[in-house]
Formats: sequence, C-alpha cells, structure tokens
Amino acid sequence: MMRAHKIIRFARIAVFIFAAASSSAAQESHIARWTGHADAGKQLYFRYCWGCHGFRGDGNGENAQYLNILPRNFVAATFKCRSTPTGTLPTDEDLSRAIERGLVNSNMPSWSALTNQQRGDLVAFIKTFSPRWKSEKPGDPIQVPPEPAINLESIQHGKELFTKLECWKCHGAEGRGDGPAAASLTDNSNQPIHPYDFQTGSRFKCGTTNEDLFKIFMTGLDGTPMPSFADVLKPNEAWDLVHYLRTLQVTHKSPELRLWESTKEGAEIMKATRVGGTPTGSGIN
Amino acid sequence: MQVREPAAEWPATQKISKKFSYRLCAALGIAVFLVASRPASALPVPPAGVHAIPAFARKYDMPCSSCHEAWPKLSPFGQAFKDNGYQLGNERDAPIYQHPSYWPITFRITPNWHRESTNRVAVDGAARGSTVENEITTDGFDWSSLDIHTAGTLAKNISFYVLPSSDSTGAFHFESVWARLDNLLGSSWFNIKFGKFELDNLQSEKRILTLSNVGGIYQNYHFQPLVTPGAAGNALVSENLYRNGIGDNQVGVEWLGHSKDDRTRVSAALVNSNDGQPNFTSTNGAENFPTGKSYNGYFAASRGFEVGRLGLQRVGGFAYIGQEPTYFQFTSAGAGIAGTGIGNKGFYRAGLIGMWYVKKFDVTTMYFHGWDSAFLGSNTAANQPLPAGAQAPSWNGALIEPHYNLNPRFVAIGHYEAIRMSRQVFATNPANFGNIDVVTVGFRFYPFISSRAGFAFHNEYSILRQRGAAPVTGRDLTSSSLLIGFDFAY
Repeated sequence: MMRAHKIIRFARIAVFIFAAASSSAAQESHIARWTGHADAGKQLYFRYCWGCHGFRGDGNGENAQYLNILPRNFVAATFKCRSTPTGTLPTDEDLSRAIERGLVNSNMPSWSALTNQQRGDLVAFIKTFSPRWKSEKPGDPIQVPPEPAINLESIQHGKELFTKLECWKCHGAEGRGDGPAAASLTDNSNQPIHPYDFQTGSRFKCGTTNEDLFKIFMTGLDGTPMPSFADVLKPNEAWDLVHYLRTLQVTHKSPELRLWESTKEGAEIMKATRVGGTPTGSGIN
Repeated sequence: MQVREPAAEWPATQKISKKFSYRLCAALGIAVFLVASRPASALPVPPAGVHAIPAFARKYDMPCSSCHEAWPKLSPFGQAFKDNGYQLGNERDAPIYQHPSYWPITFRITPNWHRESTNRVAVDGAARGSTVENEITTDGFDWSSLDIHTAGTLAKNISFYVLPSSDSTGAFHFESVWARLDNLLGSSWFNIKFGKFELDNLQSEKRILTLSNVGGIYQNYHFQPLVTPGAAGNALVSENLYRNGIGDNQVGVEWLGHSKDDRTRVSAALVNSNDGQPNFTSTNGAENFPTGKSYNGYFAASRGFEVGRLGLQRVGGFAYIGQEPTYFQFTSAGAGIAGTGIGNKGFYRAGLIGMWYVKKFDVTTMYFHGWDSAFLGSNTAANQPLPAGAQAPSWNGALIEPHYNLNPRFVAIGHYEAIRMSRQVFATNPANFGNIDVVTVGFRFYPFISSRAGFAFHNEYSILRQRGAAPVTGRDLTSSSLLIGFDFAY
C-alpha cells in the first residue's frame, strides 16, 4: 500500500515536471546562442506587433482591415518563410529571420533594429498563440547542397524547367507576375494574392540570396498558392531554376544576369523586357 | 477588401497593468499636485518643434509605440526609420503606394495648467528709481505652441520635412524645412539633407519628454557663460555677441551614414553661424547679432551594441566647432548691415553620450565640455582690445536622464543636469559663478496607443538653480515650473 502511494506520488511529480517542462519549452525559443523568453516577448509584442497581428495573435489587429496583404495569423501557425518542409512548423531561426528581414511588398517591415535577444523573445511569445507548438515539433530543415557553378547550360536548363513546371502560369513568361492564372489566385484566408514580380522586385519574400530562393520553391510558401517542388525537382535542377530566375530580375545585377546578357538570346530578351526608372519613384529603378 | 471587426480590448494581462497604470497615475498626479501647492516661475518659453508624427503611423498602419519608446522619444526602430529617410524599406514607401487621400500632416498642441516661480526677479523698488529683487510666482491655464508637421517621402529615397510652428499667440515660424536624398548610390552611408534641421543629436531636444518652461530644454545644449555678476549699481551681464545652441535647429547641409541595422551612425553638418535664424541677409534674429560669411561644423558618431538580455546599448560622441563674427564691417546710420560681420572668433562644444538599457529601465548619460574665445566670452569685438584679465571661459557639464517604461502607455521621467565652470571669463568672478543644476521629475500616461493619434496626460515638475545669477544682488537664482497638461497629436 505504502509502495503504491509512493508510485502515485512519483507519477504525479513526474507529470507535473513534464508539464512544466513542456510549458516552459513552449515559452522559449532557441536561436544560435540566444534563448528567447515569452514573458519578455509579450512586452515587445504589445509594443510593436499588436496593431496588425492583433491582441490574440489572430492577424486581426485594428489595422488589419486596411492592409492588402493580411497580417500573419499566429493562431493558425502557417508560415510562408521556412527552412522546413511544406506543412511543418518553421524553426525558431526561421521566425527570427522573418522578423529581422521583414516581408517585402507587405506592411511587415524589417525589424533589424531590434536585438537578437528581442527577436528571440518575440519568437517565444508568438509560439504561445497556437496549440500546434505544443503538439508538434518544427520540421527538419531541408538540406541545401552546395551551389554549382553558374553557367549558360544551367541557366538554359532552368529556363526549360520554368516552362515545364508551369511557373509561367502564375509568374508570367517574363516573370512579371502576370501569368494567366495570376488574377484568380487567393491565399488561405481567401484573400487575393499576387505572384512575385521578378522584374521589379529587388528582394524575394523570404530572403535575398540564391540559397533563400532555393528554399522558397523546395519548401513552398505555405498559406499561398506557391507549392513545394521538393518532390519533383532534384537539387541540381533546383539550382538551375535559381540561376534562371535570377536572370528575370532585370533590376538586380546578378552574375547570372550578366552571363545571360552576354548571349544573343539573353540580350534580346533583356532588351525587350528591361524597364526604365519611373518619375513616380515607385521602386522601379 | 474584407473588413473585419477590430479586437475590442486589451487582453487580461494588459488590463492588470492598465489598472495599475491608472492607480500609479492617480498617486503620482496627487504627488505632483502636492508639490505644486508649495510656493514656487519662469518666463513662458513654450517648447517648440517637438516631433511626434501620427501621419507616419497612419501611413504605415503601425502604433506609435513601434517608433517611440514613449512619444516623442524614438525607439531604436524609430531611429532606424528616420535615418532611412522615413522609409521602412519594404518597397511600399513611395507616395505612389499610398491612397490618394492620404495627407502626411500632423498637428500637436498641449493645453495645460502651469505654475512658474523665480525667486529673484528685478523689480522696481520703493525708493524712486531703485531696483530690487523679489520672488514672482504665477499660475494659470495655458497652451503650448502649435506644431504642424508635414513629413514623409516625395519619392523613393527622397524625404522631406516642413514644420511651421507657432507660439501660443499664433505667430508662426519655420522650425524645420528640409529635403533629403536618401541611400544615394544604393548605400545607407550616403544621405544628404539640405535646409533647416535638427542636428544629429542622439539625445534629441526636439523629442524631449519634458515640456515645462524650466525642464523643457537641455541646459547643456544652450549654455553660454555669464560675464559678470550683478552687484550694487551694476546689472548682471551675459554673453551678448552671439547665441548658439546645438539643440536649436540649424540651417545648412548634413551628410549622414549608417549601417543597415542602424547600429553604427556617423554624420557631419555644415551650417550657418546664425543659430538657425532665417534670412541671414537681413538680420540675425531679434537680437541682431553680427552675421557674416562664417560657417560652423557639427560632427557626431555613435555605435550600438547588444548586451545579452539587457537590450541595445549605445555610446557616441559629438562636437560642434564654430566661429562667430564679433562686429559689423559696415554700418548704416550706426546700425550694422546684415551679412557684413567680421572679426570671427571661435567656440566649441563637445561631448560623449551613453544610452543604457536594462529592460524597462533606461538612462541616458552625457558628458559635455564647452569653450568660448575670450572675445566672445567678454563681449569684446575683435577690433577692440580685450578687457584686463579677460580669458577664454570653459566649462563641463553632465546630464543624467532615466526613464522607466512600465508599459508602452506609461513612462516615468527623471532628469538631472549640472554645469560647472572650469574657467571664468574673469578670474575675479566667483569660481562657481553661472553654475547650473536642474532637476526634473514627471510622468506621461498614454491612455491609448493607436496608429491614428496620440494623447498623453503629462505631469512634470522642474527646478533650476544658477549660481550668482540674480540680476541685482548676484545671489543664486532659482526657477521652477510645474506643468500638468494634455499633450496630443493627431
């Protein structure tokens, strides 16, 4: 009898410790050498974020009604920019990088002025909004193999993939975001959404590097019509597509664009697609 | 576009702090009022040109608290936004992306009750023609200057700021008028501003959290030595050849560069040597100081760094190096002809600043050093011999300004400044002649935080003592201000 009591008591303590540990883990983030704490993140959230993302993190802040691209709904815990496979939760670092980088063409600015610790604290607090963080673990980051050398074959192959995978249906044949399906696209909130315009965009939604671009179409942008191509693209093919997509960014002097312009085909396409600066200062330059 | 119901109220945890904030406000309000009921004035000098711009909040749909630790004081994010030419950098900064009805304009004014007291004011004595000192205390309802801020971007990477500001009578002047080319050559290190602007002061006097007549300026930014004390038969003499304050907006051109994350900031400005007065070809303000073709330079640099969970700390330094004409080369009917001032004599102000954060608590510390040429210090034109014993005055100063942000809606403010003369203009002056101490305490309570307007319940008490500055007797001069008001911008 005494032994049974001890076991029950031990079990209770174990359950309590497990619950406390689980709760604690959900209230923390771990990014490099920084450990974020939800209690500190809460203070920051109610200073910086609530106006758009709302008191409850549901993306229904007082300004949400005025935004063309709705703020992220942290309760749903569906995130565009991840290093993890589609359908999985992002890593803490993914969230921190999104906060630091901001989301171009949306109202989400870069919060690089915050400290790493503050971003970690915010991540920890954001994770308290959704029960998914208690029942699921973030996905394993996808492997990004070393980028092969940039050459014309790679760009040409990427161009073929762009056609074969029907990227043009949304992004348009010249990457202007004006493909035949563009007008009818909606996100998971049933809001109209525009495909990325490579011609005028200086940065991608989830980063600026070739590796970031690689991740975008290997992980997909969850919550948007942009799917993951992880099942249909081999890593080398993905790099080829990256190299071709860079040539569509006519405002960005990338090595890929310079190489592409040196060919007759590339030069002709560039001549036809290049746009000049506008007197409105609209960002096209 | 789908229109959704906005969230109606703060979450429970925030309600607790809101309730606490109300209680704290009430307690502090009573305390301030009690302090106010003691006898204590100063001449009304409304704080002008203070910056807080809900127009930006409306443009970007962000709450005031994003850019302001407590408006108008900037947060590091707000400082980065400002340094980037009022741009967030998400390709939506150009006006073409704004709704055509958007109007980048903000009004700010502060109706208030204030009480001003000065312990020794020169008044007519009982004996005919005599002058004596007496304490003068006044109080009453009032309002501040009206600031009309209009600012933003004209196009991507071209920003502007125009600030007509009135005194409480409605007489306007231009506090700021500038345009800026941002991120030239695609680099955040090349930004050129042209016009009338605030110098790149980390501790911005235009974003000061204290508003009273005594506490509403930084003494270190404006201090100029006294020349000789008041005594029987002789009035107090102050420097009267020039006026310069690095807290004052100046006219000129400024280069500013900063790292992408704004951790490192450097700037240099070339400005007129007329303390920001308009139209140097006609006068130099009401005091008509000599104006010439001289220019002054201002340099500032700072670096922010993270210290674990404490937050972002920042240290920096600044220097204002100037020269001022001391007399007019040409006169007409005895009056100097504007712009013909010559006989330039030098002065400088320099300092170090640290901004220290420990979570909700922060304190700004500043060391300040000033030096004036003996000619400027003794009010002597350069074509005249210096008075016997005249020497270049110098002084040191310190500023300590702590804040406690209980939450984005409440900030407690403290402020202490000291100025100590290290060398008097005349060695015969008392060693502490002109020394200043000023203490300010107060708080601001923001009942709501939104992206449409700002409102603060402002309470403040400030007291200043200057050694030997009584106009007749040369005794210590003490002034105090109490201010309770509604500070709002919309």
